Amino acid sequence: MRERLSWFFASRWGIILTGAIIGIVATVLQKLGNPKNMGICVACFERDIAGALGLHRVATVQYIRPEIIGFVLGSTLAALVFGEFKARAGSAPIVRFLLGVFAMIGALTFLGCPWRANLRLAGGDFTAIPALIGLAAGISIGVWFLKQGYTLGRTQKTYPSVGWIMPAIMLGMFLLLIFRPTFSEGGPIFFSESGPGSLHAPLLISLIAGLLVGFLAQRTRFCTVGAIRDVILMRDTHLISGVGALLVAAFVMNLLLGQFNPGVTAQPVAHSNHLWNFLGMVLAGLSYTLAGGCPGRQLFLSGEGDGDAAVFVLGMIIGAGISHNFALAAKPDAMVDGVLKVGGLTPFGMGAVILGIVVALVFGFTMRQKTN
Amino acid sequence: MTVQVDARGFSCPQPTMLVAQAIDQGEFPIEVLVDTVTSRENVARMAKSRGLKVETEDLGGEFKLTLTQA
Repeated sequence: MRERLSWFFASRWGIILTGAIIGIVATVLQKLGNPKNMGICVACFERDIAGALGLHRVATVQYIRPEIIGFVLGSTLAALVFGEFKARAGSAPIVRFLLGVFAMIGALTFLGCPWRANLRLAGGDFTAIPALIGLAAGISIGVWFLKQGYTLGRTQKTYPSVGWIMPAIMLGMFLLLIFRPTFSEGGPIFFSESGPGSLHAPLLISLIAGLLVGFLAQRTRFCTVGAIRDVILMRDTHLISGVGALLVAAFVMNLLLGQFNPGVTAQPVAHSNHLWNFLGMVLAGLSYTLAGGCPGRQLFLSGEGDGDAAVFVLGMIIGAGISHNFALAAKPDAMVDGVLKVGGLTPFGMGAVILGIVVALVFGFTMRQKTN
Repeated sequence: MTVQVDARGFSCPQPTMLVAQAIDQGEFPIEVLVDTVTSRENVARMAKSRGLKVETEDLGGEFKLTLTQA
């Protein structure tokens, strides 16, 4: 039974089913309370967690998102059931951390990860198009480095306790979410009372949805960045058929649920500064590719014992703190007295994106070895 | 002579890339060592898509894949 299931999950129908389920789950979570076109967004939800912990103080984006907890623990569960839990670590952790930081800065320039880019498009937000083109461009640069022999080096098998660190952190997050302690007067844990952070589906439903997605994605290796990378690198369409299924399923569900609102400006938690949507995702796409996977995939890997992916995840959470504390994150479009105020970046944000691209290029050029 | 590819410890896409390079050299059989199920699946899928025969051996936490021309 286990073998037959493994075979199915590794097949093309397995990845297509997983993508379709993610698209359905995300749009239903939105219907049940998650922010618009943000049924699932790994970057945004990690940013909300950073806010809840007080790593940034933007009052509108603070919530310990149960979906993220579910992603990691669902993956842990799948890895244990199928005998794949394996503690490993030790492949260029500081580089992975910085790639995580800059991936988040890039993501918060666009206001979303690759998952949300697809969900935004499926909801009719056409500002996602330059972002997806930017993502593909960033991944292409990463692929060029891979072909030149770029590598973060081998990871090492390590003690089981190392593999359990990320699942344990997520269990801790769950306790903070349930008991909502206040650690000092005016201090964390913070929960938004307005804005996107205050919008969420019921806790238990979010958690179960996260566990389901985490379980399926661990089995099928669902990855929105690997999808584009494999097409460019090897003409392999396996993973991208899952992302395509996500996009189609989310689009159909949005039509059915009345959540499809086509337009280019003033879309929910989005801005129409196309150049920076593009460049932000160039940075994110390059960072994800150099680190080996999209932010969702990094969560799933961290759940199955990969300590290197865990460092990338922590880099993204710290990156969210940096991004908001230093005013690097983009402001969404706003309607002020009926007049459109286009959002976008501060000069600091623009500088950070450029710096991030330069740092990622330095990693790409300097971390190469002969592969044979 | 058997071509050896040690892809243990590498995460995707490197194991697949290393094996693809070896396949392009045109010498068979190719023995590949990987240490995750993900790498085993990815390498096997790529090799089969190139019309090769793949035999897998479980070495206890690691896997040996033998690629031969069908």
